[in-house]
Amino acid sequence: MTRITVTVDGVTYEEEVEPRLLLVHLLRERLGKTGTPIGCDTSNCGACTVMLDGTSVKSCSVLAVQADEGDVLTVEGLAGGGGWHPMQRAFHEEHALQCGYCTPGMIMAAIDLLKDDPDPSDEAIRHGLEGNLCRCTGYCNIVRAVRRGAAEMSGHQEVTAS
Amino acid sequence: MTGEPAPGGHEVGAARRRKEDARLVTGRTQWTDNIQLPGMLHVAFLRSPMAHARVTRVDVSAALRRPGIVAAFSGADLAAEQGSLPCAWPVNDGMVIPEHPPMAVDMVRYVGEAVACVVSTDRYKAIDALEAIEVDYDPLPAVLDMTEALKEDGPKVHEAGNQAYVWKFAEGDIDAAFREAPVVIERTYVQQRLIPTAMEPRSVVAQTDGESFTLHSATQIPHILRIMLAQVTGIPEHKLRVIAPDVGGGFGSKLQVTAEEVLLLLLTRRLGKPVKWTESRSEGNLTVHHGRDQLQRLSLAADAEGHVKGLRVDLLADMGAYLMLVTPGIPILGAFMYNGIYKMDAYDFTCTGVFTTKMPTDAYRGAGRPEATFAIERLMDELAHELSLDPIEVRRRNWIAHEEFPYTTIANLTYDSGNYEAATDRALSLFGYDKLRAEQSDRRDRGDPVQLGIGVSTFTEMCGLAPSRVLGSLSYGAGGWEHASVRMLPTGKVEVVTGSSPHGQGHETAWSQIVADALGVPFDDISVVHGDTAVSHKGMDTYGSRSLVVGGIAVLQACDKVQEKARHIAAHLLEASPDDIEFTGGSFTVRGTGAGKTIQEIALATFAAHDLPDGVEASLDSDATYDPDNFSFPHGTHLCAIEVDTETGATRIRSYVAVDDVGKVVNPLIVEGQVHGGLAQGIAQALFEEAVYDPEGNLLTTTMADYLVPSAADLPDFVTDRTETAATSNRLGVKGVGEAGTIASTPAVVNAVVDALRPYGVHDVRMPCTPERVWRAIQETTS
Ligand code: FES
Ligand code: FES
Repeated sequence: MTRITVTVDGVTYEEEVEPRLLLVHLLRERLGKTGTPIGCDTSNCGACTVMLDGTSVKSCSVLAVQADEGDVLTVEGLAGGGGWHPMQRAFHEEHALQCGYCTPGMIMAAIDLLKDDPDPSDEAIRHGLEGNLCRCTGYCNIVRAVRRGAAEMSGHQEVTAS
Repeated sequence: MTGEPAPGGHEVGAARRRKEDARLVTGRTQWTDNIQLPGMLHVAFLRSPMAHARVTRVDVSAALRRPGIVAAFSGADLAAEQGSLPCAWPVNDGMVIPEHPPMAVDMVRYVGEAVACVVSTDRYKAIDALEAIEVDYDPLPAVLDMTEALKEDGPKVHEAGNQAYVWKFAEGDIDAAFREAPVVIERTYVQQRLIPTAMEPRSVVAQTDGESFTLHSATQIPHILRIMLAQVTGIPEHKLRVIAPDVGGGFGSKLQVTAEEVLLLLLTRRLGKPVKWTESRSEGNLTVHHGRDQLQRLSLAADAEGHVKGLRVDLLADMGAYLMLVTPGIPILGAFMYNGIYKMDAYDFTCTGVFTTKMPTDAYRGAGRPEATFAIERLMDELAHELSLDPIEVRRRNWIAHEEFPYTTIANLTYDSGNYEAATDRALSLFGYDKLRAEQSDRRDRGDPVQLGIGVSTFTEMCGLAPSRVLGSLSYGAGGWEHASVRMLPTGKVEVVTGSSPHGQGHETAWSQIVADALGVPFDDISVVHGDTAVSHKGMDTYGSRSLVVGGIAVLQACDKVQEKARHIAAHLLEASPDDIEFTGGSFTVRGTGAGKTIQEIALATFAAHDLPDGVEASLDSDATYDPDNFSFPHGTHLCAIEVDTETGATRIRSYVAVDDVGKVVNPLIVEGQVHGGLAQGIAQALFEEAVYDPEGNLLTTTMADYLVPSAADLPDFVTDRTETAATSNRLGVKGVGEAGTIASTPAVVNAVVDALRPYGVHDVRMPCTPERVWRAIQETTS
């Protein structure tokens, strides 16, 4: 067992963990952070995507001990005093989710994508989200949502009609 | 956050943003795997590494000594109480239904079949302990190929042999149709095996207080599941509550009564503790039922002008190792769709269900109709090519004209409405058909290594499963009605209880729209409850694009009853005759006077019950059960332009236009989303996905790295539009949309690939049309 200190969505936790414990299991089963789901066991689906120290990671491929001293942001910590994050609003407005299972990971990956490319082309969005699978939407509305989210985050007018 | 007010005061037809989204975008969703209960134990299954073997010994004793292990069981330990997993669709009297123990006892028949389990205080420890279980297998030959399986002297999956059933349908004089035909097209198509891959893995939590049982499951069918689990386990139905909390997609894969659901009930009954099991994706690829896997031997007869005369279909359908809930019925659903939108004189269909040592197949988005639509739409393109006709023209010569509806097809279905001309014209203009054809011939002329192909699919399908009488005539084990309740709360808010069970479709939003119009209450004042047999006591659940077409009408009928009860109470309070009361916009008014009461006022007055008419009960709440008279028949025209690099075999969809006619639309946003998602899955069958078994019967595609669910980068943007021909078989005029995209798109894409390769003499490419397959197809015909 290893003692780790990790901050998740603004709350700091001290936990004794097995060295093999995955970050996503720490989040879901120890800390009650079930907003981040698991869709695979080979790091292919992206459902479990969270931010670790400001960069998106697949939390099923990070050990909890690797997050020691780290700062984790999950979909549950996105909304602030002013309501939903612009990307959450954009997914809602553009109907970019159906069952919603991929959505937490998709939203986190989309926010991360915009850090490097605040005004991405459709092509760039599609490639940027390659590691996040959605079985319901066919991705068109996800691409629209990321565009809308990007526009809102950069303070521009929304670029897509609803 | 539910969108702008509806145009013209009508909610039905408005692009309402979904009510469901609030919990889904913020991570407050209730998935089954989120559930933690005090004292809850974790279950892990040891699964067979053999496709076919006798199990001669299972020893769990060493696993029991591992830390954290509470119990471990073999199939023999559970044999007396585990029963047999149900098959609800014996398609005919002669069908063989083999015993299907939830946990294998002395035989395994596919890789992944459970042979033992451990129950532990910890998920990781449960998995660790599996390695301590000892199992001896006496291997038997795998049975993988359907044609081989049907040979007399081959190895048998079950004692009764490898043929599950033969089912036939015939109409018209098929011999005459072929005898006189100048054109006969004969083809064999392979519908490869697919893995449905809902993003949420299956998960089950079972608990008991010693008397009653509660089962949470990631299922599409809580109501059907409750009845079936009661029968299998012997737990009386009234002591068993089944809850489908938020469910992350299904596509047919969660229309099942699974081994794990039965076994978790048995485990909680034995141990008295809550138990949970959540599959890993690799476990799921092995053991969630698979889809498709049919071999289609087809012949089509036509006259010299391309008028179809007759169609023969001889199908082999891979059941896998056992018959699960509706396994045998899936190809039979397709039987009624092989004729598509076309008129013909004769049709002959035979399906042979075949046992193999693979995971059982069952419903996957479209369930029988994609296979049928693929066959006829591919054949129509072949016919066009044979006669040097444009594929659109050959379809025009054969389809049912809009003025011919209602039309009874050669498969004995009555299509109530449709307008194939309108949808096709719209699609052609959005697609720029003529321009793309010009580019195609240009590329052909100059021998461009990148060829352009254009694929057409003018499809229809049957939705709204199903008229109970029709299901009865097909020997299905239940009816096809749906149930709804509408409760008027004292404060004027409304609760709608639906028997259909959404897992991404957006019922909470669409049902609110229907009720808002029917009762004149605000959209935001309505909530929709579903998926818990203790709350929604009756239902037939969600599959077969049935929710709106059947369940939506049940909701509307329950609203009628509420309104009728309220009218009587309003008349009494307004001192008028009920016949003089009008109901508009949520208010009851006395005709010709200004006097009126809102439905909310009536709800409160009914609750108080101080002044009700004599003999009237103090409730507006109403139930309705709706059974449709007919199926509904959405249709549409899909066009796909694909670039094929003839040097590498790589394909790229250039444009995809889908014009669907799903009748009246309750929420265009939801409809478009369903079409998009359906297209992605149909295109995935055409280009990417296949479940592959090796010659020993091992599944090679157990992970998402091997089974290629397309990502955003693999798919194009879609152009979607609609024509609107109202269904006449239900009062909303709706037809259903859940499967249309999947059914239509697979042949559109493959037709496009083949069309690109016509100059090379290619007539078919087996799905999925991977670069390797495309490249080989070119090599075979040109070398
Ligand atoms: S759960 Fe699939 S990538 Fe993490
Ligand atoms: S919305 Fe269901 S997987 Fe993306």
